[in-house]
Amino acid sequence: MGMITQLLAQTVVNGITVGALYGLAAVGLSLTFGVMKMLNIAHGEFLMLGGYLAFWLLTLRGIDPFLSVPLVAVALFLLGMICYKFLFAGIARFEEETKVKNSLLVGFGLFLVIPQIARLLWTGDVRSITPPYSGESFPFLNVRVAYVPLGGLAITVAVILALHLVLTKTYFGKSVRGTSENWKAAKLMGINVDRTYLITFAIGLALAGVSGVLVGLTQALTPDVGMEWTLKALIVVVLAGIGSVGGAFFAGLILGVVEAVGAIFMGPYAVALGLVIFLLILMLRPQGLFGNE
Amino acid sequence: MNKKSFSPDMLKLLSAGGIVVLLLALVPLLTARTDILTWLTFTLLYVTLSQSWNIIGGYTGQQNLGHAAFFGIGALVARYLWLYEIPLPLALLAGSLAAATFAIIIGFPAFRLKGVYFIIGTLVLAEILRIIFDTVLPRASVLPSRLLNTYSLTPRYYLILVIAVLAVAAVYWISRSKFGLGLMAIRENEDAAEASGVNTQKQKLLAFLVSTFMSGLAGGTYAYYASAAQPGYLFSAVWTFDAVIIVFVGGVGTIMGPVIGSVFFVLLQQLLSLYLPGGIHVLVFGILFILVVLFLPGGLIGLWKKVTGPDSKTREGSR
Repeated sequence: MGMITQLLAQTVVNGITVGALYGLAAVGLSLTFGVMKMLNIAHGEFLMLGGYLAFWLLTLRGIDPFLSVPLVAVALFLLGMICYKFLFAGIARFEEETKVKNSLLVGFGLFLVIPQIARLLWTGDVRSITPPYSGESFPFLNVRVAYVPLGGLAITVAVILALHLVLTKTYFGKSVRGTSENWKAAKLMGINVDRTYLITFAIGLALAGVSGVLVGLTQALTPDVGMEWTLKALIVVVLAGIGSVGGAFFAGLILGVVEAVGAIFMGPYAVALGLVIFLLILMLRPQGLFGNE
Repeated sequence: MNKKSFSPDMLKLLSAGGIVVLLLALVPLLTARTDILTWLTFTLLYVTLSQSWNIIGGYTGQQNLGHAAFFGIGALVARYLWLYEIPLPLALLAGSLAAATFAIIIGFPAFRLKGVYFIIGTLVLAEILRIIFDTVLPRASVLPSRLLNTYSLTPRYYLILVIAVLAVAAVYWISRSKFGLGLMAIRENEDAAEASGVNTQKQKLLAFLVSTFMSGLAGGTYAYYASAAQPGYLFSAVWTFDAVIIVFVGGVGTIMGPVIGSVFFVLLQQLLSLYLPGGIHVLVFGILFILVVLFLPGGLIGLWKKVTGPDSKTREGSR
C-alpha cells in the first residue's frame, strides 16, 4: 500500500471509531426527541457526567472503565428518572410546540448548571480515563488499531443492538413506539404513557452516560465539553431523521469519517464543514437522510 | 407613538426612568472608582444585548440561539474599522449594518425552519462562525499603544449608556406599536396570526433585522470598550446565553424585564465572585432560569406584579 492509501485507511479507521461514538451519543437524544417530542439540549452535559463518573471509579476505586460502563449506565438511568420527575414531567402535558420549547429551555438551564457543578467537583482541568492498557494497539492490514477505541466500538454496537431488540421485541418497546406515534391513542389503548416517558428519558440519559465513558477513554473531558457533544448528537439526529436508532448509528459513522477525512484536507475547518452540511440538510431535507415522509 | 396613550401611570414611569438615567449620567462625575464604572458599563451593555434578544425571542417568540453571531459581526467590523481610524460612530453603524445584512442573508432560509429547528439552526450557525473566526484570526486584537495610552473608561461608559437608553426606548416603542402587536400575535399562534392578516414572514424578518442591528451595536460598543479582544470570543455562545438568561429571569417579553435582569445578573456576578470561584453566578442563574421556566413564566417582573397586586394590566404573555 502506498503512503497515501495507508494514511487514508488509517484516517477512515479513526473516523469510524469516533463516528460510532457520535452515533451512540445521538441515539439517546434521538430516542427522547422522537418518543417524547422533548429536546434535551443538556444531553452532552449528562454525557460529560458519565465520563467523570467513570474517571472517579477508576481513580478512586480502581474499577476498570469497561467494567464501569454498566455502573455508569445505572447511575445515569436513576439520575434520568429524578430529572424527569422533577423537571420534565410537568412539561409533558403541554401541546407539542410548547412542549418542545419548554423542554428546550429547561435543558438549557441544565446546560448552564451542570458544567458549574462539574467544575466544583472535578475542577476545570482536562481529564481523561487512562487504564494501564490505554495507548496500546495492534497492526491490522497495514493499519494500526488501538484496543481502547476498538473496545468502545464493540460496546457501541452491542448497546445499539440491545436497544434495537428492546424497542422491537418487548412490550415496553411496543409501548414506546406506540407512544411516539400518537400518545393520545396509546393512552386510550391502555399504555401507561407517563411511565413510558419516564423510562424513555432515563434510557436516554443512560445512553449519554455510556457514551461519556467512551469519550473519556478516547478523548479529553472538561466541564465544558458538553455543548460540543450535544451539537454532534444534534447533527447526527438530523442527518438520520428523528427517532431512527439504526439510522443514528450509521449517520454517526458518516459524520465521523467525513470529519476525519476532511481534517486531512481542511484542518480545523473540518468541524465547521460538518456543521455547514448539517445546516444544508436541515434546510433541504428536514426529515433526515434516512427518514421518510 | 400614540400621544393620547400616555396615562398618568406611564408618565410616572417615564419620569422615574429619566431620573435614573440622569443619575447614571452623573456617576462618572461623582466617583473615579473604575470598578463601579466597569460594573455599570457591563450592566448597560447587557441591557442593550438582552433587549435586542428580547425583540426576537421575547416579543416574537422565535428563540434565536445564534444571537452571538450578530454581536460578533458587529464587534469585529466596528473594531477593525475603528482601528483603521474610521470615526467611531461610522464604525459602529457599519458594524450594526453588517450584522443586519447577515441577518437578511440567513433570515430567508432560517425562517423556513419552524420551532425547534429554528433554534437548533441558529445555534449551529453561531458555532460555525465562532470556529471560523477562531481559526482565521487566532490572535487577540489588542489596542495599539496610541490608543492604550489615552484609554479612558468615561467616554465608553457614556456611549454604552446612551445606546442602552436608545435600546430600551426602541423596545418600548415596538411594544406599543402595531408592528409589536403583530409580533406578539406571531408568538402566541403563528398560523392564527397569518390567518388574521399578519404577514408573518415579513414581520419576523423585520423583527430579526431590528434585533440583530441592535445586537451588532452592542457588539460594537463592546469592541470599543475592550482593550484586548479575542475574535473567536466575540462569537462565543456565552453572549447568547447570558442574554437569554437575563431576559427570562427578568421577564420575557417585557420592557423592564431585561433591565432588571441585567442589574441582577451583574450584581450577582460581582457579589458571588467576591467569595466563590468564578462562574458560580452562572450556576445560580441557571437554577433561577429553570425555576422561572417551570413556575414563574413572568420572571422577576411577573413576581413583582403578583406581589404588588393583580389589578395592574400585565402585557407579558405565556410562551
